[in-house]
Amino acid sequence: MSSMPPATATETPAAVTPPRVRGREDRSLLASVALHGTLIVATFIALFPVLWVMLSSIKPASEIRRTEISLFASPTLENYRKVLFDTNFPQWFLNSVIVAAFTMVIGIAMSASAGYALSRFNFPGKRGLMWVFLLTQMFPVAILIVPIYTIMANLGLIDTKASLVIAYCTVAVPFCAWMLRGYFDTIPRELDEAAALDGLGPFGTFYRVILPLARPGLAVTAFYTFLTAWGEVAYAIAFMQTDDHYTLGAGLQQFVPQFSPRWDLLTAGAVLITIPAAIVFFFAQKHLVAGLTAGGTKG
Amino acid sequence: MRKSFDKHWYAWAMVLPTVVVLSVLVFAPLVQGVYQSFTDVNESNQRSEICKKTLGGDEVCTPNPKASKFVGLDNYVDVLTGEQGHFWLQFTNTIVWTVACVTFHYGLGLGLAVMLNRRFRGRSFYRVALIVPWAVPAFVAAFAWRWIFDQQFGIFNGVLKAVGMDPVAWFDHRWSALFTAICANIWLGVPFMMVAILGGLQSISADLYEAAEMDGASPWQRFRNITLPGLRPVSSTVILLGTIWTFNMFPIIYFVTRGQPAGQTEILVTGAYRAGFEGIRDYSLAATYGVLILSILIVYASVYKRMLSKQGEVF
Repeated sequence: MSSMPPATATETPAAVTPPRVRGREDRSLLASVALHGTLIVATFIALFPVLWVMLSSIKPASEIRRTEISLFASPTLENYRKVLFDTNFPQWFLNSVIVAAFTMVIGIAMSASAGYALSRFNFPGKRGLMWVFLLTQMFPVAILIVPIYTIMANLGLIDTKASLVIAYCTVAVPFCAWMLRGYFDTIPRELDEAAALDGLGPFGTFYRVILPLARPGLAVTAFYTFLTAWGEVAYAIAFMQTDDHYTLGAGLQQFVPQFSPRWDLLTAGAVLITIPAAIVFFFAQKHLVAGLTAGGTKG
Repeated sequence: MRKSFDKHWYAWAMVLPTVVVLSVLVFAPLVQGVYQSFTDVNESNQRSEICKKTLGGDEVCTPNPKASKFVGLDNYVDVLTGEQGHFWLQFTNTIVWTVACVTFHYGLGLGLAVMLNRRFRGRSFYRVALIVPWAVPAFVAAFAWRWIFDQQFGIFNGVLKAVGMDPVAWFDHRWSALFTAICANIWLGVPFMMVAILGGLQSISADLYEAAEMDGASPWQRFRNITLPGLRPVSSTVILLGTIWTFNMFPIIYFVTRGQPAGQTEILVTGAYRAGFEGIRDYSLAATYGVLILSILIVYASVYKRMLSKQGEVF
């Protein structure tokens, strides 16, 4: 910018017509068409797989296994009926809800006060702890899954929901602390100071003043933790061994074995899994990115 | 020491639950995992004692003669020389996979975010529609894409046939199989980048653009000299996070390519998983993979951080 010549300084004001440059808000018709065209293509790509699975889920099984493309073909809810009544899907669904809910509650409960301390106080060990949180996000599933599996096997916990909740907490607790710290940072410190003047100690301030104010942040963090547990598969497949105990991640793959996959069951199951996840997601998404990236940029 | 405790005890009390959970749930297993990578433990030799029930109902335990033992660096030597597993094949796949996915995630996310940052009719509709993929759980998306690329019934081949081309056996070749997985993951990951970058764009002061317009800067110059530098903090964070997430992305490869053909599209994380939980479970091999993956990521993150701080940016 600084390299622009100070050209117009000597000319009369009337002659100040800088070379016509397109501003941000005016746009030629062609540019408008290109903008909308690109976005429509992008939207189509974003929605197509979802719509395709939804459309297919209401086709009869024989139509799904046809090589010609058809959008609608004698719509029916038969696939849903089969998934809900002829398979263990409802049980898997219930298992997933329980595991995800416990992970969420434990994750928040164990990390909320830590998030607050990291946001407000300077104490020895703070930087180290922040690094640990970042580092645990880096852990590949591969490094913890085997030792946790062997520990769970020794405790006789394999094939129980508790083993999955414990495994998910390894990710959920540091993640929640990280997210909540970012949220607490957005609550003005003046409130803490006012509370201190009114005679509240650090714990009182946290429980009576900050936590109630942080409800939106807690909700978003909780929902995201729920979704992470809802969509996890690696631990679920490794730990759960009987059909009754599967969560959705482990159960869904039963529909599509290597040979003769049941795409009719899969599409219906996929829709049923995605609907609650999508509802929760759209509720939480507004504040999500801010929380994810805030901790990183402020350090 | 005493003074430090008086001053900070409440901060430490507040982080205590997290620290306890992390040390029990993360560090104990981590230490054990690192230890396992120096042993030859697998499914058959993991018990240090063999216990038998006697007729009286008591248990008698004797040391297991075939118990796993310490083998030093043998696992690492075996893995890195290709004696065990296919580390370098999977390493190459992981690099191709990560670079391709993150490049497209960031590039497409940036492009879409810049477009959505303008004012025009229908913007909020596009914004909601474009983040739909993010709402889909990864394993569900993986199955959906597996099905889209299905050789017989997939819509992709259906379209190819409809326009008179031959259907492609996507999962019979290493690169075409990897291509399908990369497509699925790009689809899944762009919305996060887009929303994050959009947030960054909105934090850039409009005054800068106005001043640049006054000076007669072209749209491209404004993009180069205001938008990109303004996005620095957001970009550096999301690229780091995105790389780590993609590197460790398990469900897409596991369900879309399933390693087909013959394990040639496995990445390191899925390779480690299969070593640890499929066939004869080789826990020590999986642990060795885990340590190697973690080391690669730590080296990457520190180099990345150093590069940023050289440019005057520290996160």
